[in-house]
Amino acid sequence: MGLFNNIATDPPIEVFHLTELFHQDANPSKVNLTIGVYQDENGKTLTLPVIRSVEQQMAQDLTLTKMYLKGTGLDAFCTACLKLVLGEQSPAIVENRACSIQTLSGTGAIRIGLDFLYRNGFRTAYVSAPTWGNHESVLQTVGFEVRKYRYWNKERLCLDIDGFIADLEAAPEKSVILLHACAHNPTGCDPTHEQWIRISDTCKSRQLIPFFDLAYQGFSSGDLDQDAWAIRYFAHEAKHELFVAQSFAKNFSLYNERIGHLIGLFESRDIIPKFRTQMATIVRRNYSNPPAHGAHLVATILNNPTLCGEWKNNVRAMYERIHAMRHLFYNKLKQLGTPGTWEHIVQQTGMFAYTGLNPRQCQVLMQQHHIYIMSDGRINICAITPKNADEIAQKFFDVITNVADDPKL
Amino acid sequence: MSVSRTLSLANKHQLWIISKVSRLASTNSWWSNVEMGPPDAILGVTEAFKRDTNPKKINLGVGAYRTDEGKPFVLESVKKAEQLIASENLDKEYAPISGIAEFCQANAKLAFGDDSRVIKDQLFATTQGISGTGSLRIGAAFLAKFFPGNKVIYLPNPSWGNHTPIMKHAGLDVKSYRYYDSKTCGFDFNGAKEDIEKIPENSIILFHACAHNPTGVDPRPEQWKELSSIVKNRKLFVFMDMAYQGFASGNIDDDAFAVRKFIDDKHNLMLAQSYAKNMGLYGERVGACTVVCQDKDEVERVMSQIKILIRPMYSNPPIHGARIAAKILNQQDLRSIWLKEVKQMADRIITMRQQLADNLKKNGSKKNWQHITDQIGMFCFTGLNQQQSERLIKDFSVYLTKDGRISMAGVTSKNNAYLANAIHEVTK
Repeated sequence: MGLFNNIATDPPIEVFHLTELFHQDANPSKVNLTIGVYQDENGKTLTLPVIRSVEQQMAQDLTLTKMYLKGTGLDAFCTACLKLVLGEQSPAIVENRACSIQTLSGTGAIRIGLDFLYRNGFRTAYVSAPTWGNHESVLQTVGFEVRKYRYWNKERLCLDIDGFIADLEAAPEKSVILLHACAHNPTGCDPTHEQWIRISDTCKSRQLIPFFDLAYQGFSSGDLDQDAWAIRYFAHEAKHELFVAQSFAKNFSLYNERIGHLIGLFESRDIIPKFRTQMATIVRRNYSNPPAHGAHLVATILNNPTLCGEWKNNVRAMYERIHAMRHLFYNKLKQLGTPGTWEHIVQQTGMFAYTGLNPRQCQVLMQQHHIYIMSDGRINICAITPKNADEIAQKFFDVITNVADDPKL
Repeated sequence: MSVSRTLSLANKHQLWIISKVSRLASTNSWWSNVEMGPPDAILGVTEAFKRDTNPKKINLGVGAYRTDEGKPFVLESVKKAEQLIASENLDKEYAPISGIAEFCQANAKLAFGDDSRVIKDQLFATTQGISGTGSLRIGAAFLAKFFPGNKVIYLPNPSWGNHTPIMKHAGLDVKSYRYYDSKTCGFDFNGAKEDIEKIPENSIILFHACAHNPTGVDPRPEQWKELSSIVKNRKLFVFMDMAYQGFASGNIDDDAFAVRKFIDDKHNLMLAQSYAKNMGLYGERVGACTVVCQDKDEVERVMSQIKILIRPMYSNPPIHGARIAAKILNQQDLRSIWLKEVKQMADRIITMRQQLADNLKKNGSKKNWQHITDQIGMFCFTGLNQQQSERLIKDFSVYLTKDGRISMAGVTSKNNAYLANAIHEVTK
């Protein structure tokens, strides 16, 4: 008699479920616009050439051992990451007030960052409405009470900055605020610099803890420093104590190596050793120490000017292709005379576009047209290519003109 | 940049105490009351070793295999597999949450044996984990959420230091059963049986499948048979931790004896495996957590739940190490090389044990050192008490943990005699 006879099968996670349905779909013109993975104009998720060459080198290097990294990760990696996010001249780095801990990509960074906050007494967290699906899961698993701040204005298809500020102003002191540093997922809609300053001011006056999720540095503007503007403003000008969870899944195309890091930035350098030992404890009881391979790859590249330059060009190229596809898709929709306004497609940045399609339209798109998109209307622009843009636009036009909302969904 | 790295163990202790009583000058920081975490005891041994200038110093705190030259060992099978993988230009796309199939399948066969009913009927719900720690963590989280009985896990006394924090943090209560007999430096079989027979039904019990850490003391096959029967009668759920398959005796099947016996006796157990030691893949974090299920339907349901546990931890596992392990297990020529290398590592440890016991005799020691050769695996519980251990460190620059545990990996043919002499001096 099995012990686990009575456990339920939980519903699968939407993005993986849809991707699986896509794989099972035999229709030749199927397209997967769900999962946030970069694809080139041939629909391929290629490994960056700079990664391949470093990997080949590492494989031939017989002096490299497989020794454990420290729980807090590879130092050469962590140092380079601090500079990448905060800038080489960051006063926080110069004054030794910032610390980077290697993590299991972005998810892992968010998770142990929140573990740290929870064990130090923080209990309430705010996420944007909407936000990346896994934010709430991680927060709930750690034990936080999760609240939302208004973010996306559905009617006007833009940032609801007044709602955002009002919700922060009503937040209890010491609430943790999860902010998307750039290329907001799923909306692609980021605050302007002036709006970031307002957000920063409110966090200061309400004594809220900024926790940045940086999964797309380089994808928003094509420029790594520009995409870090909000974090740097909060850190250097507004002088917040803050946290940053960075993923290198997308901008290094290293999805499956699980490489990322968590930054803790404090007012006093005295906190750093305490932070490190607490993080070491948290890591020890979860996975002891992080995987080495991805860290060596990223560290080698970031610390070598030639390789780093090559990488930055790769990031720029990915950004430019996405940017071009936004315009292509937008133009096609306009050419077809698709009802509604579509400027948000080109105004949004990063990998995703929040199309504004309703759940019924998404369903029909999938079932009748074999175009897979998230039920909230989010699409991965990367999966659009010059070859399939026409057909995708046509099918969107089709469901938008013919399919009304279904209140039951 | 890293202040903590340059601090000695003593200084870290001081900082820890000071931070508890002092307040920060700054009042704007949220972190005034953040405490310094306690320093890691085992790490402290290595740090003290590094600072020691005695040319004869020996580090017996290291938990990783070393060659007879005292160097880390990168297996040829691993290097070859890695070169093949690099040339195959495999993708970097997300692995499935539960890991890559070629790893999970091969891993299950390694543990249970190709002919096992578990393999034949595909009754294993296996997920790749972040080495042994991560696999234990997933298993513990699953039990904390779904185990229908008492959410209490019984660990052998002593056990690996990290077992308790992992289990507690996952939400299980931790208790223990007698295991190590300090009088004989061997297995307290009667004590273990007595304690296990008193464990409330429907609780969880953890066993080290082979090469018990930290004692090196394993039950004999006939003792495993009895334990399996007792545990069945008590209706206990079995969690096996197998971190040293192949590394203990040199033979992967012999080392899996306990796991396979329990499976034969129809325990639907949970198993955590690590490839850190037996494939030398330490930093690549390769491991697996398996729940042996009643039927395929249970496998599906269990897998769906485990994926949901993993998603808010780290989404999906790192692929590099798993690809290496899968290649080695699945490609015949690499597998042969690996099996030889695992035996090589185990044989060196066994030889060092024998030499140490012989050298102690040569020194004229009157004590019984049989446990050195009776024990198995990386670690040896010498039987030295705290005072004697401290003397070893202070007077002979032999670094071990205060419980008298030595890592045989740090013993070489060159330092064996010195070590034997030092142990003799502090115990005579």
